[in-house]
Amino acid sequence: MGREVQKQPQQQRESYTAEQLVALNPYNPDILPDLENYVNEQVMLQTYSLDANLCVLRLYQFEPERMSTQIVARILIKALMAMPAPDFSLCLFLIPERVQMEEQFKTLIVLSHYLETARFGQFWDEAAKCRHILEVVPGFEQAIQSYAIHVLSLTYQKVPRAVLAEAINIEGLSLDKFLDHQVANSGWILEKGHGRGQLITLPKNEFNHPELKKNSADNIPLEHITRIFPILG
Amino acid sequence: MASSYDYDDHQQQPPPSSDTSYDPNYVPDPVKSFVVHLYRHIREKNVYEIHQMYETSFQTLSDRMFKDTPWPSVDAIAPYVDNDQVFCFLYREMWFRHLYARLQPTLKQRIDSWDNYCNLFQVVLHGVVNMQLPNQWLWDMVDEFVYQFQSFCQYRAKMKSKTEQEIALLRQFSQAWNVYGVLNFLQALVDKSMIIEILEREKEGLERFTATDGYDYDGGSNVLKVLGYFSMVGLLRVHCLLGDYHTGLKCLCPIDISQQGVYTSVIGSHITTIYHFGFANLMLRRYVDGILEFNKILLYIYKTKQYHQKSPQYEQILKKNEQMYALLAICLSLCPQVKLIEETVNSQLREKYGEKMSRMQRYDDEAFALYDELFSYACPKFITPSAPNYDEPLVNYNQDAYRLQLKLFLYEVKQQQLLSGVRTFLKVYSSISLGKLAAYMEVDESTLRTILMTYKHKTRVVDNDGKLISNADVDFYIDEEMIHVVESKVSKRYGDYFLRQIVKLEGVINDMDRIKLD
Repeated sequence: MGREVQKQPQQQRESYTAEQLVALNPYNPDILPDLENYVNEQVMLQTYSLDANLCVLRLYQFEPERMSTQIVARILIKALMAMPAPDFSLCLFLIPERVQMEEQFKTLIVLSHYLETARFGQFWDEAAKCRHILEVVPGFEQAIQSYAIHVLSLTYQKVPRAVLAEAINIEGLSLDKFLDHQVANSGWILEKGHGRGQLITLPKNEFNHPELKKNSADNIPLEHITRIFPILG
Repeated sequence: MASSYDYDDHQQQPPPSSDTSYDPNYVPDPVKSFVVHLYRHIREKNVYEIHQMYETSFQTLSDRMFKDTPWPSVDAIAPYVDNDQVFCFLYREMWFRHLYARLQPTLKQRIDSWDNYCNLFQVVLHGVVNMQLPNQWLWDMVDEFVYQFQSFCQYRAKMKSKTEQEIALLRQFSQAWNVYGVLNFLQALVDKSMIIEILEREKEGLERFTATDGYDYDGGSNVLKVLGYFSMVGLLRVHCLLGDYHTGLKCLCPIDISQQGVYTSVIGSHITTIYHFGFANLMLRRYVDGILEFNKILLYIYKTKQYHQKSPQYEQILKKNEQMYALLAICLSLCPQVKLIEETVNSQLREKYGEKMSRMQRYDDEAFALYDELFSYACPKFITPSAPNYDEPLVNYNQDAYRLQLKLFLYEVKQQQLLSGVRTFLKVYSSISLGKLAAYMEVDESTLRTILMTYKHKTRVVDNDGKLISNADVDFYIDEEMIHVVESKVSKRYGDYFLRQIVKLEGVINDMDRIKLD
């Protein structure tokens, strides 16, 4: 079979990183254990590789009897943390429906739904109920908070404190501390709103300040222009 | 689920012929002459004649003599072609393709066809093929290889109707059409052909590939290179069938689809590439990318389809054309940027789906049923790649993969259902307070905030470089309690247009220079 091309001697394999394995042998069942370890490594070291994780799910799809639901759960949680990228859906496309029916996956799907529809209040309530699934993956809360801030800053120039508090699930003194940190490091500005408490001015971007949008639509890549060099010359 | 979903491949298959007069060992004279000539043209590397015989003579003979029987067996024709091994693999490949198209292959035949592909690709990969074959034929090989794989998975998944003998065969030949084998062959063709490096070097002007349509005019062979090239499209298609859209698009990456290329030199390859590219982008929510490419190819098909009327692919072209209109209707319903499509395409689209599209905007149960209907009609034939457990009770699972993709797609549609309402209001205001809009939409203020944020999130996609791109035609921002609306202008891309015209003009001037006036 065509597979022979990709086989490598055992001792040589050790010197490859998981990402290289995926790039060199995307369709080799023998790399699964290495990739599963790599999922755990991503969890531990707070790194992320979509390509490697999709490769794991693909190998599970090819050989369902090798599937580890624990690994699948970790991949899905990492994918939630990658929002606003669509990674969570990309993973679901590869997971058989009967597996998705398991309780822990149903919960994760609900969480993803709340994030996709920006219902942060409901998200944090639900997340509190299933800590046991989520706390396995360090950095989860911070990742979701930065997604929430991302969506807020697409939408608002100035956001009321209460709206921000709900979206990132931080209140009171902790929120004051958080805001001080953002003011010092990320260019946030605090001001008094009109009777409704504090207002926070979020940093400018082309989505909340459309006038900043560069008219990049008509940029021509250099390699397209090179095609007419012989004519111009 | 849509009942109209047609999971059978091709058209209705005629029942297996009861005609017992078929003798696999009998070689009629026209076939003798066909193989002798084809063999000679291949040896002489006469691509033009090979193409004629492959495209025309083979079809004519099939229609005249082998309407519902297979061609003569390879053993019967081998003596007329010096028992040439590679020619025999090629002949068998056509033999099976003809069988699949006109008759129902048996399990044994499916397995034999797999075997033949293994042999054929093995000789190509080991570089012992020195022929020059038409692109059309090389494309058909990759296309048929993937098609037969898909067909095998569908066949295997219908477990209920299997006889014990068939199950024994499936167990015994578990390597036949194994998903690893299929993917690794395609990947090996890509790797061994060095096609990715060739395309890279071509960009730097160090190599010619696209300019010669992949043919080798220096006495070499085009077979491995062009098979490797088309295998990238094959990989895109297999990954789409598996629901792995991200990886599929990655496999296609080395081909720049904003330009003409070898993939556009064969209409079937052109359509397959864009159909799967567009579908994958639809599933990734990159609607604008899908719309732009569908628009281009639908316009192209509209302008050129009359030239393909006699081609054996004509029906397939028309079918994919209709399916791509359905996909375009979905994209434009979720991302109403009609300005992106040409007038001709738009008027065809209105004719076919205008009424459905306006109902799809309503996001009631009927609208979801329409999304379901269009998706089911136009989606690829998804497959479950793994073999069943033959020791468990046998159930059909041929619809599982399709149901999952449909369900996840409809889930996405539901998440977007409130967006079209908010878009309608944004279109008529330049600014409006949150309170007022909430009252108009009959929701409370905090719900409105989530709808507005959902709008922002769903109309933005992360592109390959991790950059955020807006797909919104109407945009806004909130300053305290006020929503300020910004209508984004679609700027036409004049740059590409001028570049093309410059190249065209140069071509005309060159042609004129060549004309010698007396």
